[in-house]
Amino acid sequence: MKTDRRSLLKGIAAATAAVSAAPITALARPRKTAGADAVGMLYDATKCIGCKTCVVACKEEAGLPADTRSNRLYDAPDGLNEYTKNVIQLYKGDNEYSYVKKQCMHCIDPACVGACMLGALKKGDYGVVSYEADTCIGCRYCEVACPFNVPKFEWSKSTPKIVKCELCKERLAKGLEPACTTVCPAKAIIFGKRDQLLKEAHDRIDRNPNLYFPKVYGEEELGGTQVLYLSHVPFEKLGFRFDDKRAVPDVQQTIQHGVYQGFAAPIALYAVLGAVIFRNRKKSPDEE
Amino acid sequence: MNKDPHDNTIAAHLKRSGVNRRDFLSFCGKLAVAAPFGLAITNGLTPEAIAAEIGAIRRPSVIWLHFQECTGCTETLLRTSEPDLADLLFNVISLDYHETVMAASGHDAHAALEDAMKANDGKFICVVEGAIPTKNDGKYLFIGGKKGTDILQEVTSRAAAVVSMGSCASWGGVASAGSNPTGAVGAIELIKGKPVVNLPGCPPNPYTFLAVALQVAKTGKPPALDALNRPKFAYDRLIHDHCPRRPHFDAGRFAKSFGDEGHSQGWCLYRLGCKGPVTHAACSTRSFNEIPDCWPIGIGHPCFGCTEKGVGFTLALHDTVNIDRPMPPDAYPAIFPEHKGISPLATGVAGAVAGALLVGGVIGSRKAGDSENTETKE
Amino acid sequence: MSRSFKALLALAALGVALILWRLYAGLGVTTAMSDGYPWGIWIAFDVVTGTALACGGYAVAILVYILNRGNYHPLIRPAILTSALGYSIAGLSVVLDIGRWWNVWKVPVMIRNWNVNSVLLEVALCIMAYTVVLWIELTPAILEKWPDSAISRRALPILDKSLVWIAALGIVLPTMRQSSLGSLMLLSGPKLHPLWNTPLLPLFFLATCLAMGYAIVVFESRSHGRVGGSVLRTLQQIATWSVFIFVVARFIDLGLRGEITRILTLDLYGVMFWAETALFLAPLFLKDLRGAILLLLAGALYRFDTFLVAFDPGPGWSYFPSVPEIFITIGLIAFELAAYVLIVKTFPILGGTAHQEN
Repeated sequence: MKTDRRSLLKGIAAATAAVSAAPITALARPRKTAGADAVGMLYDATKCIGCKTCVVACKEEAGLPADTRSNRLYDAPDGLNEYTKNVIQLYKGDNEYSYVKKQCMHCIDPACVGACMLGALKKGDYGVVSYEADTCIGCRYCEVACPFNVPKFEWSKSTPKIVKCELCKERLAKGLEPACTTVCPAKAIIFGKRDQLLKEAHDRIDRNPNLYFPKVYGEEELGGTQVLYLSHVPFEKLGFRFDDKRAVPDVQQTIQHGVYQGFAAPIALYAVLGAVIFRNRKKSPDEE
Repeated sequence: MNKDPHDNTIAAHLKRSGVNRRDFLSFCGKLAVAAPFGLAITNGLTPEAIAAEIGAIRRPSVIWLHFQECTGCTETLLRTSEPDLADLLFNVISLDYHETVMAASGHDAHAALEDAMKANDGKFICVVEGAIPTKNDGKYLFIGGKKGTDILQEVTSRAAAVVSMGSCASWGGVASAGSNPTGAVGAIELIKGKPVVNLPGCPPNPYTFLAVALQVAKTGKPPALDALNRPKFAYDRLIHDHCPRRPHFDAGRFAKSFGDEGHSQGWCLYRLGCKGPVTHAACSTRSFNEIPDCWPIGIGHPCFGCTEKGVGFTLALHDTVNIDRPMPPDAYPAIFPEHKGISPLATGVAGAVAGALLVGGVIGSRKAGDSENTETKE
Repeated sequence: MSRSFKALLALAALGVALILWRLYAGLGVTTAMSDGYPWGIWIAFDVVTGTALACGGYAVAILVYILNRGNYHPLIRPAILTSALGYSIAGLSVVLDIGRWWNVWKVPVMIRNWNVNSVLLEVALCIMAYTVVLWIELTPAILEKWPDSAISRRALPILDKSLVWIAALGIVLPTMRQSSLGSLMLLSGPKLHPLWNTPLLPLFFLATCLAMGYAIVVFESRSHGRVGGSVLRTLQQIATWSVFIFVVARFIDLGLRGEITRILTLDLYGVMFWAETALFLAPLFLKDLRGAILLLLAGALYRFDTFLVAFDPGPGWSYFPSVPEIFITIGLIAFELAAYVLIVKTFPILGGTAHQEN
């Protein structure tokens, strides 16, 4: 019986190993694409004058308070935070500068949605990444996951929520545009269907090749985003740190599925283990 | 004009003129406000200290020339609300030749100029008001039978320094607008070998002129100048960077047409064509006629960039300009702002805990090592 | 009550007070976590490292139940107790850490809302399930204090029969969980430093957890002295060599991913990598208790690094736990130690398992 157990154990070991080391590419999950009704925004940094009307409009629409922590007088957030879903930042280099608007990128394959345990963050109508606090437990895994550091947590509250741009989904439902795109005086941020915005962005680059950095950020980066960016300086300088083409959850879930194939492997392992332990109990513990 | 050679200091002269000390102190206070930065005389001093400094200065001789001008720059010097100030001005500087205010005319005026130049040869400040036409060999301006260009060369060659008062004298101003039919240019383009201080503006603030004159009189050198020879203390910043309506700009509150809701509320005039973002001047902090907010934006009209060549009298009044240089660092967050760092107290506590654990661990492992050797039960 | 026990109680009481404050005032005031570092020591240490240190039960369970090495039986109960307490404290830490803790019951209950792709969901469910399993596994020991009570007489036989399946669960669940903990940080994607960001992270976590499990058993048993030195030496050997294989695998993985040159840069990341490696290899040379302790430190450092050091949210952010954060952690550990001592003194934990000998 010793041999049987040994070979059984070897079998288990081999099986587990095989399961774990299954070629990951064979299990690659299908790459997500933008839905046909995907809407988004196009931000053109060359047109932005830094007036921050969009910041004001967003605060009013979302009912967020002013962030006066840094100067006690003005709403002066230093970035996205629990009071700010949309912000204008300034890049100042040697002899060059650019404004950049930061808000949720509404990724096609969002890391935050992949992270959220109970689906409080999910990709909803028109591809907008929305948030419902009902099923949120405040674990902040979405903050860990987001490559753009977009979701922010209400640290100051004892009943905190996650705060992030939801593309004014209530306004969209009423057939209106988001607040920021409605008020921009320079038309630096515009709203539209993603495929049309993408085309417009490329047209602008073609018409003024000297003005633009020759890339539309968000076209493919991190699986593609529904908010697209045009700029005259390289995008890393505006704080876009990553340009990997694969979406973050794509990478992670492929590995995860490779390890687990859903729950199949653990269940199989469980059954085998149960059997082994059962057999072992029947034997004397001194037998070796 | 007083040309007493025995005591030409300002203090003595003021005494002789019967100007009381309080008025003079008040004037010095204003000077401190008008030229607080970089000006050696007034930097950080009290009015009393300034009074003492100025009192000891020998009144500088000033010869004021007029060319293609509207006399607005002279008027700004005289247009003050305190009646005694005009006297103070003429007592603080020795205005030895000024075609608008002097009593002489005709040949007497000519003689006055000659005498003034001879008495202070090489030491006077020559103020130029108005542009100088150069087209067709300068035929467009003759004063007393002499060509404007010739007068300029003759007088400035004997001056210690030249101050171009106003945009016209600095770069041509309104005289050079449009197609510039007379070829009007600023004085600096025709003068060689003399320090030139440009004080553009239409008109410039009179205190700027006074501060420059006093500095030259005291130190013999003009104040720190920028690339266009403008004193930095008055021209180093854009109107946009010191505009009282800037918070409205920052918050996106714009007046869209004259008389609308935003305009009545005093909102930013950028969308009405304000040239503040491209104009260097100090009008927002030193208003005119000594009345606060007495300047174009203050009364509800966008700045038209009168000091700036290429802007004033060149760009359309109500065309919006591009903002090329965003200035205030504290109004915009950086791409990667610094967030508050690590608490030293926490680091200390953690260090103490780690230390305790380490020590405990070492002692514990020694004890365990002993018991391991004996393998006894606890 | 000995002085050290009183000290533990005092620290635990301080922890409780600070916990109440945290619940009242929110996380921003009491912790140093921020939007740049949304997870701090409560996750990186209390949960991730704490559960790995609590892997003793898991590791010994494998030995006892699968490999049927009877001579390890006396170890199983203290190991299970450590695991039960460790996981309970880790679970408590999670509830404290999450912002909307009143919603935590929804995790196991709202099955329709389950995002099956979320690794954290799997971790959460497994922690909950495994904690329950551990306490069930421990129940015989507790009930044996009153062998003649009605509950004991009815429950013990049932537990005895179902022990097989519970024990099997007690092996599958932590296997999934420890490797899931490894997968957790994979979702931070490019924010995780390449020296730690590998598709093999789940397997590395599992391997190091097993080794840490054996090491903790060695560590605990040496302080009780009830188990033979040879048993412990063998356990330590298993741990040492499995960790050696892990270190080698790590280097090979770095080479295959083209990131091997990073180990030559002695920035913070390089230094931490070498510190981990040195600590992992130390038991090769220190075959006594010191080796076991260093192994535990190595595993703890590896997890700490994966969750905190290797995580880069971008310039401008920094994190160091605040004083209340540190003392809540200390309070929880003190509570765990005090509970261990109490339970061990009260119930037949250290007497070896009763029915396994039959």
